[in-house]
Amino acid sequence: MTFDILVMQIFSGFSLFSVLVLMALGLTIVFGLMGVINMAHGELMAMGSYMTYVTSVVFQRYFPDHMGWYFIIGIGVAFVVTFAFGFLLERCFIRFMYKRPLDTLLATWGLSLVLQQLFRQVFGPKEVTVPTVQWLQGAWKISEGLELPLNRIFIIGLTLVIAAAVFLFLYRSRWGLRIRAVTQNRAMAGAAGINTARVDAVTFALGCGLAGIAGSSFTMLASTGPVSGQQYLVDTFIVVVFGGVESLLGTFLSAFAIGQTQISLEYLTTGSMAKAITLLVVIVLLFLRPNGLFAAKVRR
Amino acid sequence: MLSVNQLNVYYGDSHVLRNLDLELAPAESLAIMGRNGMGKTTLLKSLVGMLPARSGSIRLAGQELTTGKSYERVAAGIGFVPQGRMIFPYLTVEENILTGMQGAPVAPIPDYIYEYFPVLFEMRGRKGGNLSGGQQQQLAIARALVSNPKVLILDEPTEGIQPSIIKDIARALNLLKKERGFSLIVSEQVLSFAMAVADRYLIIEKGEFVHSEVRETVDRERILRYLTI
Repeated sequence: MTFDILVMQIFSGFSLFSVLVLMALGLTIVFGLMGVINMAHGELMAMGSYMTYVTSVVFQRYFPDHMGWYFIIGIGVAFVVTFAFGFLLERCFIRFMYKRPLDTLLATWGLSLVLQQLFRQVFGPKEVTVPTVQWLQGAWKISEGLELPLNRIFIIGLTLVIAAAVFLFLYRSRWGLRIRAVTQNRAMAGAAGINTARVDAVTFALGCGLAGIAGSSFTMLASTGPVSGQQYLVDTFIVVVFGGVESLLGTFLSAFAIGQTQISLEYLTTGSMAKAITLLVVIVLLFLRPNGLFAAKVRR
Repeated sequence: MLSVNQLNVYYGDSHVLRNLDLELAPAESLAIMGRNGMGKTTLLKSLVGMLPARSGSIRLAGQELTTGKSYERVAAGIGFVPQGRMIFPYLTVEENILTGMQGAPVAPIPDYIYEYFPVLFEMRGRKGGNLSGGQQQQLAIARALVSNPKVLILDEPTEGIQPSIIKDIARALNLLKKERGFSLIVSEQVLSFAMAVADRYLIIEKGEFVHSEVRETVDRERILRYLTI
């Protein structure tokens, strides 16, 4: 293995890591913090992708001179729309099922089917793609045999920015404190003076908004179809569970471990073999550490 | 100041509080005493809104609280220290205290908290779940105090706490009460603690107040008879 290939491999691992982190951040909040099993989380990502697609179409038609900006705006649109959708979803639907995980699972699975059909009706059964903006085309050429694609570098950068923002929001802001208090003990948080219903809605909406951002950035890597969300969902849950629910750092390291393992195994074996081995390792590790890699150690 | 009229509360299907009346004057301290299962915790939880009232009314300084959510009652002036303390285990001590401060979004924790509970200052970076029972109790009181309550409610604060710490907590409560002028309701089975902090004692049995004493003329033997089986 030459040095160039090694660097490319590590870079691919980082790229997959950033994709996994983007997918998992929203679910870390919705499932990890709130304990809501949202089977429609993948569809929210797809919704983010479609919103970016819509933005690109609008820009092509009305502001063709500013096409370079559409992607940044598209990420914003995806976040706002999925955030608002998540807020409504929590208020009208999820909040009635907080203590009923099995019902939540079934109901949100139903919701995911409804959303898939909705996408099919609105955008058609065929997959849609967005144009890659000019400044993300091509690759960063380091040497003769070493090229790193710009869009992947952008996703890695975006992931780091979003993850830092989520971390600061959750662990350094008063809102984040309320979110953590409510998720640890809802009744007591209320008795401490926190408006728990509002916090629940905002928390859930934030998780959905992050799913939207993830979906938005995936448009650069793959096309979007009505069932795209389903492909993301399983990976997302594995990352969150493996990292240890309730732990942002755990999600990070779990995505990193899974990403790098998968890519190196892909080099050594084949794509599906790599996936199978990765999953096996995850299962064995979860068997040994049922609470995931990073369960917090305190008296309950 | 706090007035409860004809309060009926059910715990599931069982009728726990029966037509309860209660008046609390400003700066008064009241101990509610009784054996297990007589309705002490149910009464206090229904005051802060953790249990709904089936009928009756709860008013604080003229404001109707009966149907309000917990956070609205806290904003109106109720501070609650629950049985078993219910510290947020994964939040640090400092963060636990901050959860009680809704009014001031960026204000620091007031100095008096750490003056009265210096151990919380030492432990401020530790996770709440890793504190001892006595430390957690002080933390729960601090968390309720920072919302500037008009009435501070403590549910069995001495449960599972060593006697020397119980004395410290009683002393701190008495000083804080004088300094900050809130009224106090405490449910208690330990008579010495109740005597140390309260001016008036109500005995609750099967969801009704059956006996009342005031500090000046208290008959300890009679209260003890109600507490022992």
